[in-house]
Amino acid sequence: MEAIRTKELVKKYKDLTAVKGLDLTVHKGELYALLGVNGAGKSTTIKMLSCLTRPTSGDAEVMGHSIVSDSVRVREIINVSPQETAVAAKLSVRENLEFIARIYGSDKAEAKRKTDKMIEDFSLQDVENKRAATLSGGWQRRLSIAMALITEPEVLFLDEPTLGLDVLARRELWHFIESLKGRMTIILTTHYLEEAESLSDRIGVMAHGVLCAEGTAAELKEKAGTDDFEEAFIRIAGEGVK
Amino acid sequence: MRVLTFSSRNTKEIMRDPLSLFFGIGFPLVLLVLLSLINRSIPKGQGPDLFEIEKLAPGIAVFGLSFLALFSSMLIAKDRTSSFVLRLFTSPLKPVDFILGYTLPMLPMAIAQSVVCFAFSLLFGLKLSANLLLAVVVNIPIAVVFIALGLLFGTVLNEKAVGGVCGALLTNLSAWFSNIWFDTSLVGGVFSTIANILPFSHAVNAARAAVAGDYAAIMPELWWVIAYAAALTAAAVAVFAAKLKKN
Repeated sequence: MEAIRTKELVKKYKDLTAVKGLDLTVHKGELYALLGVNGAGKSTTIKMLSCLTRPTSGDAEVMGHSIVSDSVRVREIINVSPQETAVAAKLSVRENLEFIARIYGSDKAEAKRKTDKMIEDFSLQDVENKRAATLSGGWQRRLSIAMALITEPEVLFLDEPTLGLDVLARRELWHFIESLKGRMTIILTTHYLEEAESLSDRIGVMAHGVLCAEGTAAELKEKAGTDDFEEAFIRIAGEGVK
Repeated sequence: MRVLTFSSRNTKEIMRDPLSLFFGIGFPLVLLVLLSLINRSIPKGQGPDLFEIEKLAPGIAVFGLSFLALFSSMLIAKDRTSSFVLRLFTSPLKPVDFILGYTLPMLPMAIAQSVVCFAFSLLFGLKLSANLLLAVVVNIPIAVVFIALGLLFGTVLNEKAVGGVCGALLTNLSAWFSNIWFDTSLVGGVFSTIANILPFSHAVNAARAAVAGDYAAIMPELWWVIAYAAALTAAAVAVFAAKLKKN
């Protein structure tokens, strides 16, 4: 089954066309990485798919629901971990998690149960009663991702999830993201090419608002005629830019 | 349920900021003490009657509520400029949930502010009566006016700008046109006309009428304030929804 299917998706900002008739399909349970240099259109695509901005034309279905005509339902079944850490500064770790669970419809008991599980899964026990503002960047990022997962979304958007994390924290997060594979559909945007290569089932490369190439990391390397994924990305994205 | 959850989060954000508590409750009380002491040192009948405690207390209570605009604007502007709001914008919360969620925590604060102000005024000779409770209720519409103004400015301005607009400009403008510090009708001309058009002096007049037990004088003044409260809240929802779409 398809988790996401876009149909001629276009987004224009005045004179700039950020996304040009995108046709993209992501299968259910797949981890799909969207790569591209800055300005390629991947962030705009994620914004449209997560109902943050309306497409200028075209449409997309997320688990069968239109982002244009049924965005309320789409918002209920997705969650987003934004690029920058997105936590409520003056709430504690536990309060942040319970807050998100409850605005997605959990009652008090269910929110507490889900929060306990997230605290355990993300090893947040030592900081659960600390205010988010007092946590280090790594802990805040961990909390931010836990807040995206607590609602048990069917589709999860991870926007640069490991940006700014040290090597150990990044590897730890990779392991956690890998453990989610198959349980939900994940759309990952990242500038770390090794992250995309290591984690993704399939990778899409965007340039100038267009999907230039799509496939597994091995398929993309083969297509670009190189064994090095970074080199393959440069060739594909470079050609897309030309 | 979602609105209550969101408003509970907002209550915590405000209550955990000591500056909010100082400006919301402490600062108006400092003014009340100073003006009462000054008034006491002036021989009876020679000072302005606006500074008699029966008129000063309701005036200061309304003035204290003007800080609600600062709290609500800062909260919404801070949320807007952080990635946290992106998380909320992709959640099932609707524009009306946002506005209600930002407004509801302010109302108990507004009531608490008025109660503390009137309770403190008892020390300076204000007579304890049921009229004080009525005055607390009469102050609710002007509280909604200030909250809605804060939400409007917080939606369109950034965090730095709202500090200036709501913290300095709005509190000063509302004070000048309020009848609290001087009788606006004595200034006359355009100034007096503007004071009559704006809701601030009507709110103060209604609160003073409530404290004085002049019940018939309350509603003619209060309708004016209620109309502003309704119009500004509707405008806040519309502007917030437009901003949400524009993302």
